[in-house]
Amino acid sequence: MRKFAAGLLLALGLATAAEAADPIRVGVVLSETGPGASLGIPEGRSIRLLPREIGGLPVEWIILDDGSDTTRAVTSMRKLITDNRVDAVVGSTVTPASLAMVEVAAEQRVPMISLAGSAAIVAPVDERRRWVFKTAQNDALMAGAVADTMAAQGVKSLGVIAVSDSYGDGWIATMRPLLEARGIRVVAEERYARTDTSATGQALKLAAARPDAVFIISAGTPAALPAKALRERGYRGPLYQTHGVANADFLRVGGREVEGTILPVGPVVLADQLPESHPSRAIARQYRDAYEAVHGAGSVSAFGSYAYDAGILLQHAIPVAARAAAPGTPEFRAALRDALEGLRNVVYVNGVANMSPTDHVGQDHRARVMAVIRNGGWQLLGE
Amino acid sequence: MDLSILLVLVQDGIVNGAIYGLLALALVIVFTVTRIIWVPIGEFVSFGALTLAMLEAGQMPGTVALTALLGLGAAAARLWAARARLTPAGVARCLLTALLPAGLAALLAWACLAWGAPQPLRILAALAIVTPMAPFLYDTLYRPMAGASVLVLLIASVALHLALQGLGLIFFGAEGSRTESLADSLLEIGPLLVTGQSLIILAVTLVLIAALALFFGHTLLGKALRATAVNRLGARLVAIPPALCGHVAFTLAGGIAALGGILISATTTLYYDTGFLIALKGFVAAVIGGLASYPLAALGALLIGLVESFAAFNASAFKEVLVFMIIIPVLLWRSWRMPAALDEGEE
Repeated sequence: MRKFAAGLLLALGLATAAEAADPIRVGVVLSETGPGASLGIPEGRSIRLLPREIGGLPVEWIILDDGSDTTRAVTSMRKLITDNRVDAVVGSTVTPASLAMVEVAAEQRVPMISLAGSAAIVAPVDERRRWVFKTAQNDALMAGAVADTMAAQGVKSLGVIAVSDSYGDGWIATMRPLLEARGIRVVAEERYARTDTSATGQALKLAAARPDAVFIISAGTPAALPAKALRERGYRGPLYQTHGVANADFLRVGGREVEGTILPVGPVVLADQLPESHPSRAIARQYRDAYEAVHGAGSVSAFGSYAYDAGILLQHAIPVAARAAAPGTPEFRAALRDALEGLRNVVYVNGVANMSPTDHVGQDHRARVMAVIRNGGWQLLGE
Repeated sequence: MDLSILLVLVQDGIVNGAIYGLLALALVIVFTVTRIIWVPIGEFVSFGALTLAMLEAGQMPGTVALTALLGLGAAAARLWAARARLTPAGVARCLLTALLPAGLAALLAWACLAWGAPQPLRILAALAIVTPMAPFLYDTLYRPMAGASVLVLLIASVALHLALQGLGLIFFGAEGSRTESLADSLLEIGPLLVTGQSLIILAVTLVLIAALALFFGHTLLGKALRATAVNRLGARLVAIPPALCGHVAFTLAGGIAALGGILISATTTLYYDTGFLIALKGFVAAVIGGLASYPLAALGALLIGLVESFAAFNASAFKEVLVFMIIIPVLLWRSWRMPAALDEGEE
């Protein structure tokens, strides 16, 4: 009998110990393969840089790959919620997958932080999107910066060549009213595919329309193809790109032809050139150093910083939520959502976040800077 | 559209068409000899180009290890297939034919990196690394199931395509690469600017077509391949080993595809997954040739290159749609002109 009681006590003790050590689990769904891989891979690497302990509580990051596929993103998220019982989900990398995951987040009542660009993931904040937050700059924020720069540089007519997927469609839809408001006319609008081997036809048509500047909408190294084709066909005007190209590979593949290209970027790309007054200067440099210590000099890109920022948001919100409820419970997940929505003046790599019940991105002009490519590197664009 | 634009588009279309043509030829060779629709040929395009890019960057490409591994697999598969009648000499030959190319590839890659070889040598090394993978894959995967139906062989090909594409992402990363051009010269012909690289692409394509015609028309091995293509059973009855023919066909196809990738990688950025789309266009060209006729396939490739280039100028949003729509009228015409000739023993 005594033995039994001792065993019971021991078992109870173990159970409570296990409960105390029960970590906070964060599920991460990333596009580490497929078309989104050039974004998903640095994001995965950044998640691995995040601390294993937040506010004295152990944290477990569980990363799944969705192959840039919407269906797999949803299955991965359901698996994380039902099998791993995660308290929050970070992801996914690309917009279509993130949009599909919004439904799961709302249905399962799990807070989710997307790393994709489109504003439609979090806006307008309604019954479903209550649960969803986002760290990547809204396309509109970046587009506004591009349109302002174009107007300041005296561009009156613009040629556009966009990649033929949702990224290109989204940007064109966002840019159109912004350009109209600034009196910039789009004289040619062309499309090309990410895997195309030639953009000669499109370049000819753009060059023939003689625009003051050409805006190339694409992500990563595929964006170098139209730039090269335009230069080969004798187009000498300025080229603009989106922040989707801000990684070292683009410079490597683009070479001479992308020299002088103007684009909006997240602060991390220009960490050393940011003015002392920029709030993100310190954290951006810290993140860059940590990332490059593992993956080599020059390897950091803005994409990874979205994942790192999702981690920073959680580091601020988890201690608040942990005071309200125990991790692993529905109450904790609801408290975590409320805590995320209540974050004010959180300085992270991409500027400063001020969440509110109507804004789940919370970024302002400090989340982006305009850069120009000079001597094969990024440079802050002077006013 | 004025004349100068027209000429530029035609030039662009012909150069791209030449690459599709190479792939179409390779696909026709493999299909006629082994009845395999070789989907992973696109991966050989990417592997060839990206292996060269890595050699240029002074890094050891992961494809070297893959070739060595597949070589081991091929040796094991051959030994297993011949297990009933093994002689010491036979074992030695099995090991040698499979391991020698792999060793040679590794040696060449190492030499290139150690001594900073010139571009032509690096191209040779890239070809030596990537090409042997094709016969190795034939030995390990296709040969044990050579008698299966076309559909089963196609499914195996799709599986192989997915596996190789995944490996490509691991070896080369998600971002693309571009290789050095063999000829930087620019030729001005009237209003037309012709790059040295596009001339090289055309020249290599024409030389390869001529060489293939000679090979199939005037060598014993080439004739054996043709015999197998015409009638597999008959070829076996006159002592043409089908395994040897499969080997030769795959080596040719793998080599041509890798060379195609190397050729265009100087004019465009290639990714680990670009090859598939290029191969798909090559496949459409091969279908225009009924997966049997070399000249028709080459003409089809030219047509696709031209349609693509003009579609890119006139309706860039619908370019791929227009290119792949070519296949519908072709299939209609073919099925109307010649009702499906069933494969021997098929269905």
